Parts: sequence; C-alpha cells; structure tokens
Amino acid sequence: MPKHNVAVVGIGQTKFRSKRRDVNIPEMIYEAVKMALDDAQMEPKDVDAILIGNMDHFEGINFSEMWCGIDAAPGYLKPVVKIATGGTTGSSLGICGYYNVASGIYKNILVVGWEKLNEGGATTGIITAFDPVWERPSLAGALGPLALMANIYAARYGITSEQAAKVTVKNRSNAANNPFAHIQMPDITLEDVMNSQMISYPLRLHDCCPQSEGACAVIYANEEETKKITDNPAWFKGVSTAHYYTFGCDDLMFDLPTAAIASKKIYKKLGIKDPVKDLDVAEIYEPTSWSELSWTESLGFCGKGEGGKLLDEGITQMTGELPVNPSGGVLSTNPIGATALVRFAEAAIQVMGRGGKRQIPDVETAMGMGFGGSLWTELAILGKDPKPLR
Amino acid sequence: MEGEKMNEELEKKVFRGRIKVPYKHTAGAYVEKFITEIGKNNKIMGVRCPKCSKVFVPPKMICFKCFEKMEEWVEVGNQGVIKGFTVISHSTPVLPLKPPFAYGIITLDGADTDFVHIINESDPKKLKVGMRVEAVFKEKPRKRILDIEYFKLI
Ligand SMILES: [Zn+2]
Repeated sequence: MPKHNVAVVGIGQTKFRSKRRDVNIPEMIYEAVKMALDDAQMEPKDVDAILIGNMDHFEGINFSEMWCGIDAAPGYLKPVVKIATGGTTGSSLGICGYYNVASGIYKNILVVGWEKLNEGGATTGIITAFDPVWERPSLAGALGPLALMANIYAARYGITSEQAAKVTVKNRSNAANNPFAHIQMPDITLEDVMNSQMISYPLRLHDCCPQSEGACAVIYANEEETKKITDNPAWFKGVSTAHYYTFGCDDLMFDLPTAAIASKKIYKKLGIKDPVKDLDVAEIYEPTSWSELSWTESLGFCGKGEGGKLLDEGITQMTGELPVNPSGGVLSTNPIGATALVRFAEAAIQVMGRGGKRQIPDVETAMGMGFGGSLWTELAILGKDPKPLR
Repeated sequence: MEGEKMNEELEKKVFRGRIKVPYKHTAGAYVEKFITEIGKNNKIMGVRCPKCSKVFVPPKMICFKCFEKMEEWVEVGNQGVIKGFTVISHSTPVLPLKPPFAYGIITLDGADTDFVHIINESDPKKLKVGMRVEAVFKEKPRKRILDIEYFKLI
C-alpha cells in the first residue's frame, strides 16, 4: 500500500513536430519543464528530485541526465535519475515518479520525457536492443515485428485493413483538436489511409506512428503539497506494470499478454468490473493502427477478435462510451521517450477537465498506457480522487 | 606464444557488427550566436544570468544554479588565464591538430565560467597555470568552434 496519495499538479508539453531545428536538446526540454513549473506555480528550488528519460542511442548521445537534468531542469545538487526502457520510457518515468512520492521519499517530483528523433535514427537505435547474431540481420527494428503482429492478428481474427485504417482516421482527426499533436489531419478519409504507400505489409504509411521531436514534463506531489498547489489535481488511483520476453518472434504476437496481465491486476485492485463502463477515457500506446484494435482487446475493452467491432460500433470514438486517444494518440505524435508520459499527462488533463476541444465531458476516471520493446505494458489509472472505484 | 595463438583462434569467433548513423545535432540559438560572432567579428560572447550575474562562456540558455533563462549577451575579452592544461602527445584520427599540442582550461577576462580550447604550445616546460593567453581566429571561418583556431601565449 502506498504511504501517500500522489497527484499530478502541473503539466507541460511542447508542440510536437518532425523537426525542431530552432532549439537544441536542452533548449527544447526546457520549454516543457518551464510550462510544467508555471502550471504548478512552483519555484525551481522547490522541486525535490528529477526523473528524466529518453533513448540515448536515438540521438547519439549519452549521460543526458547530467546535462539535460541540469541545463533543462532544476536538477543542480538534487537527485536526478535517468530512465530508458524503449517505448515504455515515458510510462516507466511516470510510474517511478509515482513510487517516489507514494513511498514518502519525496514530497514532489518532476518527471520529464523527451526525444529529438530527427537528430539520428530511432530504427538504428532500436536495432541495438536486438541479439547481434540471431535477430539483427533479419528482424531488428520496430516496423518488421509490428508488421508481423498485424499480419498474424488479421489472419487470426479476420480483421480487415479498412478496420485498421479507421483507427488512423479517428486518431488523426482527434489530433486536430489537440494543439500539441504532431500530425493533425482533420479531413483525413479512409481512402487516404488505404491508398497511402505500403511500408511493410500490411502496414501502410498512415498505419504507422510518426517520429516526433518534443518533450513532456509532469509534476507530481503528495497530499500536503497538492493542497498548496491546486484544487484541481488528477490523483493516481493505481499503477500496474508487466514485463515480458521475446526472442525472435517465438511467442504470441497477436494478443498483447502484458496488457491483459497488467490491466487485470489494476482492474481488480481498483474494483473495476467493466472497463468500458468504469473508465471514462483511455489514452493508449498504439504504434500502428492495427495495434490499437489489438490492444483494446488485451485491455479488456472487448473480447478477443472484437477490436474491429468495438471501433465499428463507435465505442472508442470521441462520442462513444469509452473514447480512446482523444489526443490523437501515438499515431499522431511519437517522441519516443515522451510518448508514454504524454499518455499519462493526457489522462490527467482529461480528469482535470482541461482538454479544450479534445476534452471528453465529465471524466472521473482515465487510463494511460505505455507499450514498448519486448512487449511491455505499463498502466496508470487517474481520477478525481485517489480511491478505488469500489 | 601458446597464449597468443589461442587468442588468435578466439578472435576468429568474434561476430563483427557495424552500425552507421549520420547524426544531426541541432546547434540551438546560443551556439549559433557564439559561432557567428567569433567567425564574423572575432568577438567572444557570453550570457549573463539575471539572478546571480555570472557570465557564462560558452553561452547556454539556463544558469544551472539559479535555473534562470539567460538572455543578456555580453562581450568578454579575447584574452584570459590558463587554469589548467595538458599536452596531447599521441595521435588519433579525431584530433583537431597534429600532436603534440596543448589543451587548456581558460578563464576569459570578464567570464565567470571556464572555456576549454587548444593552446599552440606543446612544451609543458613553457606552460604554466596562471599564464595569460589570447585567441587567434581562423582567417576563413567555417562556422565551427575551431573558428577560434587556438590560444597563443602572450
Ligand atoms: Zn544564475
């Protein structure tokens, strides 16, 4: 049991783009950090500790916690820790931030995720995570395995390309309501997606997330600090994480077993019986259009093979019973080390009712999800209060 | 001999990989201003912290102690004092000059931080901490930090 309840009390995001040639790495991160500090009306000196994360190999740098933790965040003479867990970097940051405050170690913490993907190569960086002898020559990178997962998923459950394309249409048009989103396509059609360039069968260009540059900063605080900062925080109700192992593609590649395990665990803890009814909105980490359909099944929003049907019935649309990715999701914005933290931040924004045109009415409970290498899933459920639902 | 032979055999069992990545490191506004000024006007510029008044060379956006954004540009001297030095004696492909040459930590006149650069004196007996040096600029600037070609003893 946590010693302290933990709330999100300040949020900052940069406007995500494919390139930020106007700022270097710390200058870019500072934009989000400053915004979060201003949002919480907090003095830099009052920040207890800093968690910062990205994937260093993507930019060809190292020790970023040293210079970014101090040049871009108020980390001088304070505890600064870097976290790098691939796609889940942002959610690992988000969850570790929670542990640090929930345990009573710190009263507050500044959590920062960032990436500047045009500076190097994400795929090249990802390759270094794969076994040099067995995996690198044939399978390494993100696209290949995600294409295989989509192919197996489609064959297994009869999901169609049209159903996958609908996810992109939903998310990219949602993104038009989010001032921070990278790819905003208010008028995107099913044909646009279906006719886009084939990248790696069955993934077409618009089935894939972009590479983005930007940063996200979130400030957490315990009850006492939160009271001083805001009367509209978003409280953590719980977090859940499940890690996994794959070698080559030797395991189930169509269901996401970690999402099933992590979600069952957190639903049970919080007394969530039917996530579609009990959650008001979900920000999930969908690297491809196909994966959103599959992940909604694994997260228990519908039965196995019903992800396409769930979308067809409009349940995950902005006006549906459980809107998924009102921010535009990962298909619209993907600054890798920040991506999953943006999911948590957007869930918090929805709980605070500060989503502007992307706001879902009357959000009491919101879920954020991180997904990454070796099929990891990390979840956080936030709400108007820190209590379980039942 | 026996050991060497065994090592040779083991070397054959190594799987050799090579990853080539053309990185593009965005300079940012502060680097841009600094490099433009040394190349165009042979001036070394720093920024002053609005809170603690320290002048930073090289210039950066944030004073790490105060966490304040620095926006006031100030010219510092082209001369300064050697705070520490070392002499490079072995050649590697990435060095800016042919060894031997010296690297020094230089505190420029008017700056509160230190600046690392090349000193064109390779005899450690002729170098001393506390000696004064002066920047020599490249005739044809290439928008690099090495547009200050080196510092010479004065
Ligand atoms: Zn200062």
